[in-house]
Amino acid sequence: MTSRYRSWGYTPDTDQSGHAPAWRSEISFADDVSYLPFGNGRSYGDSCLNRMGTVLDSQHQNHILDFDVDTGTITCESGVTFAELIDVCVPNGWFLPVSPGTRFITVGGAIANDVHGKNHHKRGTFGCHVQMMEILRTDGSRTSCSATENTNLFNATIGGLGLTGFISWATFSLIPVKSGLMRVESLPFRNLDEFYDISSSRQDAFEYSVAWLDCAASGHNFGRGIFYGGDHHEPKIADTKNFQLEKPGLSIPVNLPSSTLNPLFIKSFNTLYFHKHRMAKRHSTAPLSNYFYPLDNLLNWYRIYGRRGFFQYQFVVPTTCKDHLKSILDIITRERSASFLAVLKEFGSVPSPGLLSFPKPGYCLALDFPNKGKRTEQMIASLDVIVRDADGSVYPAKDRLMTANAFKQYYPHYREFSRMIDPGMSSDFWQRVSQ
Amino acid sequence: MPKSLVVFGATSAIGQAVCRLHAPHVSNVVLCARDPEKLDVVAADIRHRGSATVSTFVVDFNEPSSYATLIERITAQTDDIDTWYFFYGSLPDQSDCESSLSEAQAALQTNLLSVLDLLHPIANRIQEQQCGTIAVVSSVAGDRGRGSNYLYGTAKGALSLYLQGLRNRLARHGGTVLDVKPGFVKTPMTAHLDRSGLLWATPDKIAADIVAAVNKKSDIIYTPGYWRLIMLVIRSIPERLFKRLSL
Repeated sequence: MTSRYRSWGYTPDTDQSGHAPAWRSEISFADDVSYLPFGNGRSYGDSCLNRMGTVLDSQHQNHILDFDVDTGTITCESGVTFAELIDVCVPNGWFLPVSPGTRFITVGGAIANDVHGKNHHKRGTFGCHVQMMEILRTDGSRTSCSATENTNLFNATIGGLGLTGFISWATFSLIPVKSGLMRVESLPFRNLDEFYDISSSRQDAFEYSVAWLDCAASGHNFGRGIFYGGDHHEPKIADTKNFQLEKPGLSIPVNLPSSTLNPLFIKSFNTLYFHKHRMAKRHSTAPLSNYFYPLDNLLNWYRIYGRRGFFQYQFVVPTTCKDHLKSILDIITRERSASFLAVLKEFGSVPSPGLLSFPKPGYCLALDFPNKGKRTEQMIASLDVIVRDADGSVYPAKDRLMTANAFKQYYPHYREFSRMIDPGMSSDFWQRVSQ
Repeated sequence: MPKSLVVFGATSAIGQAVCRLHAPHVSNVVLCARDPEKLDVVAADIRHRGSATVSTFVVDFNEPSSYATLIERITAQTDDIDTWYFFYGSLPDQSDCESSLSEAQAALQTNLLSVLDLLHPIANRIQEQQCGTIAVVSSVAGDRGRGSNYLYGTAKGALSLYLQGLRNRLARHGGTVLDVKPGFVKTPMTAHLDRSGLLWATPDKIAADIVAAVNKKSDIIYTPGYWRLIMLVIRSIPERLFKRLSL
């Protein structure tokens, strides 16, 4: 049995202490302890851990405080998960304004990591939709903040990795939907140039877009993948059945042997996957959950990587840096560190209020690598060199290797940010990058 | 499926989880708990999760005068209640109960006597209306007296016996009485205990079992289900041996 206070990437596998106050009104802090808010443990690296201190678990702060079904504005405590919000909002004709690849994150985590989704090119990050929050600091103060009130605290908290205080509640706006279904169009591409064409010419026509990239393919198949454009389905006949949702089912009960995801398996799987979708119908409809959260149907999927866990690496480089992207894919192919899941997306230019917000215009690629120790760490370090050269950035929510120098280059507002940190809060990530 | 329900101990972890499961499907929810501020938070949450009408009553179950006319007040306001849930309880410290009689009496008042007081008018009402469901959270601790927590065990064991009798009485009048026996549950009530090990369940799991049992009109459930087997083993240990064990 592993502790609740762990990171999704399973590394570092450690004993993290934590406690879960029963009520928002009962949260208190000791003077000599360092704290870090903890949501549902879906960060991949060490930004959700605080081994020098303790974590403040928001699992009981899961109350919806207000929901205006006419305007689509909701106020809730920070421990409410996206899964709960979907159950509450979709039957009323509303959906999350921005949704990442899993619905098992909390609202607090969504703000602290300023999460993005497949509609980044249209709607920006989650932080763009937050109207107001209350921040509880370790000195016992409670401060409400918004784009016009206590703006510095507001901007630092969005993407602030939990370091500015505990978000006791937040108000944000939803987007209207007419059903719980998505209309999906799949467009296979044979190489990266075809992807760039599709992305620049077609992305704006869709509310959502994302591409799967076959990282195991080499030679003339290098850079192939499938682009998925999506829009909320609008049924012709209004019916409450249109809003029915499906629940996740299969769970992986134990860690699989680390050798399960070997390069041969991934190569075969990807080839099958590519050709299945190349032949498949170009237009289809899918339930919300299948389109947005395909991996949620496989609870505890981190276990496919075995006990050693895995690394995630997610970066963005400007659209002018196509050579950098190719170099990164070259390294991965050469190292035979084929990523089982490789997700490619062109970010748009909607600015986030967050000082440490990750997205910026450019190509974003998310990769995961089985943990093979030093060898994997060295490969990631070589990827960092390329991302830094392109003036890109790496996503803290998925990182545990970023150096202090790299952080300061990726996040030039870090000085302004560090002035807003709650002195009683810290994290393993912050200990590393603030040196 | 319940349509209109009353929840005693609505701010408890299991109580909240059960209310959330019902919220999208029930039209009336009456919530009772001691702390008005927490009760308001839970009421708003349940309302926004789908229940059309949510009303609240502030009640201190340690204090009989606080709930003397409660059932009349609830039914005067909502007359079509079909399901009555009891979730509140306290986990007394056994050694405190041994050194202080008033501590022991308080534990019995909260976990047993107040439930019987409230069930009295509810049972008569169900008999009169020839329908209705009562679901009470008891505990596996009531299955056998143990030195480490027998005051709590006494309250829950007596409660289970009472529910058995009541079930027998109401069965011929269309009433259902569900006795819920959870094992170890990760709630704020048990936050001070060492909760490592495999036997600890979440309130959400317990709540899902309870709602399924209410829908099926079950009589007694152990939750999670493996506790039925564990308690079978514990109950079957001969007393001559059992009295020497430290459990």
